[in-house]
Amino acid sequence: MVEREEIEGGRLAVHDLVERRPSRQNVDDFLRKNSFPLREGRYTTFVYRGEADAVFLGHWIFGLPSSQEFQRVLSTDLWFLVMELPPASRIEYKLQRIHKGKMEWLLDPLNPRRASDPFGENSVSSTEGYEVPEWTKPDPNSRPGMLKELFFESKALSGPRRVVLYLPARFRPTRRYDLLVVHDGPEYLMYSSMKAVLDNLIYRLEIPGLIVAFTHPERRLTEYANHEPHARYLAEELVPFLEKEFPLLGEPRSRCLMGASFGAVASLSTAWRYPGFFGRLLLQSGSFAFTDIGTHQKGPVFDPVVDFMNAFRGHPREVSEKVFVSCGTYEALIYENRSLVPFLQKAGMEVRYVEARDGHNWENWRDRMREGLSWLFPGPLWMVYE
Amino acid sequence: MKRETSKRGTIWLLGPQYQSPFLKDVFPSFGIPEGPIAAVTAGWQEREGEDVELNKHLSGRAVDLELYRRADRAFGSDPELARAHREMQRQLRSLTRIYDRRLSFLRESILWLLEESGDPRLLDPEREHAFGQIRDLDAWHLKRIVEIRGEFEENFRPAERESVARERESIARALSDAAALVVAGGHVAVLLNRLRLFGVKDMVAGKPVIAWSAGAMALTDRVVLFHDNPPQGAGNAGVMERGLGLCPGLVALPDGKKRLDLGNRFRVSAMARRFEPDSCVVLEQGDCISFNGEGWRAQTDVLRLGASGELEKVSAW
Repeated sequence: MVEREEIEGGRLAVHDLVERRPSRQNVDDFLRKNSFPLREGRYTTFVYRGEADAVFLGHWIFGLPSSQEFQRVLSTDLWFLVMELPPASRIEYKLQRIHKGKMEWLLDPLNPRRASDPFGENSVSSTEGYEVPEWTKPDPNSRPGMLKELFFESKALSGPRRVVLYLPARFRPTRRYDLLVVHDGPEYLMYSSMKAVLDNLIYRLEIPGLIVAFTHPERRLTEYANHEPHARYLAEELVPFLEKEFPLLGEPRSRCLMGASFGAVASLSTAWRYPGFFGRLLLQSGSFAFTDIGTHQKGPVFDPVVDFMNAFRGHPREVSEKVFVSCGTYEALIYENRSLVPFLQKAGMEVRYVEARDGHNWENWRDRMREGLSWLFPGPLWMVYE
Repeated sequence: MKRETSKRGTIWLLGPQYQSPFLKDVFPSFGIPEGPIAAVTAGWQEREGEDVELNKHLSGRAVDLELYRRADRAFGSDPELARAHREMQRQLRSLTRIYDRRLSFLRESILWLLEESGDPRLLDPEREHAFGQIRDLDAWHLKRIVEIRGEFEENFRPAERESVARERESIARALSDAAALVVAGGHVAVLLNRLRLFGVKDMVAGKPVIAWSAGAMALTDRVVLFHDNPPQGAGNAGVMERGLGLCPGLVALPDGKKRLDLGNRFRVSAMARRFEPDSCVVLEQGDCISFNGEGWRAQTDVLRLGASGELEKVSAW
């Protein structure tokens, strides 16, 4: 909580209200006249109205206490919290209300902005300088690509695998396409609006028409954590199958592997096992845990990740040509991602590294896709005029 | 809509057709005589000839000249020519990278000089000098391209090779029967290369020509590529090639409202002054301008980039 005396440049709306010893009507008016969370310069005021013994803001901003307590406006049922947040920040949060000894997580009832992930929904707040990018929203002018489901029998993973294939608008079997293989395919489609993003970027000529394979893991934390059968499935089974069945360019520079969090680990470790096969990597907020000395404290699921990262850091080698890396500065993984970049560069790879004031979430990964994809696969923007 | 009398050799340039094509709305006003209309859709690359929609706009009269397929066929049957053409393209790409790099410094200095406020007695000569430098670089780049192309033409004489000559004859026959030529948009380099390889400019002399977007750009003296807000790097404009030179004095800017930051008077001014004395004209949805050999007319006002940074609405120039 930013205390009132710390506010630069004077007063905030909520302080005016507090000073008036507000009536119920004053509180009603305050809520009616403003939208929440209330942005005033560098300060954001979060508000909750209702019976409670205490209210906290639960957020995922690494570097701040993860639970911040609201203050009650005396003799009212209004609670508030003022935070100073840097410009162009986007945060996801929930309210924790404690009432009659019970704690419950709530979406902010005063804030209609929501983001979804596999665990449910969060409320979303942002500061000046952040706007939801236009190109992430469905555009009626963009020609839609087609999604096509196929099941692929994998020997490496001992069973059938579901793949959703994206074929770009104006797909022609006589043309040859680049291939993007996506880890956590359903999540990218559902929570990162990836179909709309692809449709829009292709329509705007910012990337070429791509064929995209959205892959689905069965045992994610095993398969994505530096797992040899998973790498074999991608490099020896799925990609060769797609290159046989679809008009793909079939060159390293036309193959990209992409993923977020553990999916980024799966991407890099697959490229490590098959150096030069994937000429493009798009790594978002990778869980690139490592140790310089001693053992890690992240639990057994990270054992193969740490083994891999320590091996890579010990002997970095050129596993791909171009690597785009992004991470949110509010993520606990920022240190690991920043640390990775010099090793990629040292190994001779062309690297672009981008940070944003956001957390470990699907909309952060959505918002970085334009920059990443258009760098890895530049579209014919300069050449095509229709 | 006012019906124009068709003049031999009149050229009509239209705005983009990809979203809401309006060719059929203006086509009747061109007064094109009866007969087939030759169409170039090579800019569509693999989609060349998928002209059902185009044909509807031309009352079923379109005959696609298939320049894209013909080029594939010619290169396929003449590996030596294909190799030499690839090598020339490689050289041109390398040259363009050098040009882009040099251009970025000049473009930056021009924008800085335009935005800088101060004593005009000091700044104006600096600005004029900077524009001179960028015009020199553009001219130099075009000269180098012409030289590289010239070497290729001289060494390999594509027009005289059987692989190309037989396609040229077939195209010439189709064009001689045609009442007009339509050049659609698409990939401007692919389009221009094919138009040039098959010598379409000489075959079309005297016929009405209708073109849009990349097609319009290919007909001008200088093909200028442009975008102010690309996802990578700074927005810039650069000359790509000499065009066919059928539309003098014009830099065609199709879809300019989307591609250019027209609200930024420094950028508008920089572009207008750089390409003087040519007019930088935005061709938007619904726009239609014509050239009759003497001057330009617009069916309804079009936007021209002004040297002062303003957008001028013009109907004739």
